[in-house]
Amino acid sequence: MASIRELHHQLINKERSAVEVAQEAIARIQTLEPKLHSFLQVTAEVALQQAQQVDARIAAGEELGLLAGIPVGIKDNICTKGVLTTCASRILENFVPPYDATVSQKLIDAGAVMVGKTNLDEFAMGGSTETSAFQLTANPWDLERVPGGSSGGSAAAVAAEECVVSLGSDTGGSIRQPASFCGIVGMKPTYGLVSRYGLVAFASSLDQIGPFARSVEDAAVLLNAIAGYDPMDSTSLKVEIPDYTQFLVPDLNGKKVGVITETFGEGLDSEVEKAVRQAIQQLKDLGAEIQEISCPRFRYGIAAYYIIAPSEASANLARYDGVKYGKRIEDAENLMEMYTRTRAEGFGAEVKRRIMIGTYALSAGYYDAYYLKAQKVRTLIKQDFEAAFGKVDVLVCPTAPTPAFKAGDKSADPLSMYLIDLMTIPVNLAGLPGMSVPCGFSSEGLPIGLQIIGNVLREDQVFQAAYAYEQATDWHTRSPHV
Amino acid sequence: MAIDREQVHKVAHLARLELTAAEEEQFTSQLSSILDYFEQLSELDVQDVQPTTRAIDVSNVTRADQLKPYPNREEILDSAPDRDGEFFKVPKIINTSE
Repeated sequence: MASIRELHHQLINKERSAVEVAQEAIARIQTLEPKLHSFLQVTAEVALQQAQQVDARIAAGEELGLLAGIPVGIKDNICTKGVLTTCASRILENFVPPYDATVSQKLIDAGAVMVGKTNLDEFAMGGSTETSAFQLTANPWDLERVPGGSSGGSAAAVAAEECVVSLGSDTGGSIRQPASFCGIVGMKPTYGLVSRYGLVAFASSLDQIGPFARSVEDAAVLLNAIAGYDPMDSTSLKVEIPDYTQFLVPDLNGKKVGVITETFGEGLDSEVEKAVRQAIQQLKDLGAEIQEISCPRFRYGIAAYYIIAPSEASANLARYDGVKYGKRIEDAENLMEMYTRTRAEGFGAEVKRRIMIGTYALSAGYYDAYYLKAQKVRTLIKQDFEAAFGKVDVLVCPTAPTPAFKAGDKSADPLSMYLIDLMTIPVNLAGLPGMSVPCGFSSEGLPIGLQIIGNVLREDQVFQAAYAYEQATDWHTRSPHV
Repeated sequence: MAIDREQVHKVAHLARLELTAAEEEQFTSQLSSILDYFEQLSELDVQDVQPTTRAIDVSNVTRADQLKPYPNREEILDSAPDRDGEFFKVPKIINTSE
């Protein structure tokens, strides 16, 4: 499938209609879904309607934005008016939102064509999309492996060219890690750059929506459409949104790139290390000055995160009580039984586990030892980043310590699943922008990702480094044979 | 700091989750190893460190307290598992058999 810009030219030159582009995407989805299961729901009717509207605008001679007529997938924890939004959870299996998330509305306004809602770990809690209550998504590069998570459906769909771009959400790495596992570009913007209104809340101080794409340019075009201040999100940042495509220049002369020393330790797969080291050499060849940067408190990120995120989740998920929307068990004798059994049947094991951790960490007598301490460690991790960005423009490290693992490999041991977030979590704790770009393949043909991290609101630096690297390499041009 | 089965039972009640005996047992061991993992945070001296409550600081966000009727009231009420006119209906709160 072509890039956004190529498709845009085909549409405005009337080489193809938006309806034809949408039909082609739907046909590909129908062919691949029996193997991949990226989508929880394919919205063919909505897609064709939206495509017809784009064609009408083309016929009327209207000027079209770049996203008009482009097939997109939306993670199923982002509200879409009139279209099921399940969070891959039984408790929301019948939930049809009466409103659009701000990002959904922005995509509609941009003329994008929604082809479906993508699979995820239940409530975005997981790193493999295996905790989805409904289906397992396969990695397009090896169907026995996971696509990563939690936005595994959005990543697999873009990697397999079921859609051009997609939206995911990233609380501890849920965009960047699946992008790495699926060999595509995935970006978590600065916290507050993209509105969270209508994103089903997991951990509100960490959640951020961002783009998946097969190129850095496509990611920039999608971010252009979704970024911006929103009064409906109290943590939304009131900042000017630049056109991110202006930062796509293939030159890194004078750029200072820091390599995070602590990410090259124990547990890092040797092939991942080799690929990332080669990528760093490539950045140097492009003119960047490379220096080692130590972030000594980085490694405490996982422990701090797995206190903070479940604590916030336990509060956020208290709303699923079987009263106002969602699932309710039928035969409860009284209100308390209705609550406890609705939640017991509605939530899967990982969600329950996190609610339990969070409830415990916030409970009387434990608050200081866990939640408060974790928030203080969060400050220390932020300080490590602040010191680093006093010296360099961007930081780089592997996105994940290994390539995609096999389905079932880590699902029996929750802690082993948590540890794969080692390199992405600190970025969320500090609210920074981070991107994963393809930087190689393992000997088994599995994609490897390079993480590029910028300072607060320095998406420009991240895009420039990512684009320069991408243009100098051809990893992003390879496609899986599904 | 390990967690025992009784605490797991108590926490489940606080979280309004009914756990099966098997789940209680599994969570007791899984939560214990996760809590053990958290112990590494005590290696850091955080006594004089301010907690971070939000990733990026924004000053207090306020708006005028004005009534704005929601346009799709019916749709909201219809989303409820059980409704009675303009009310959400729930099972009885007090069990008469008790």
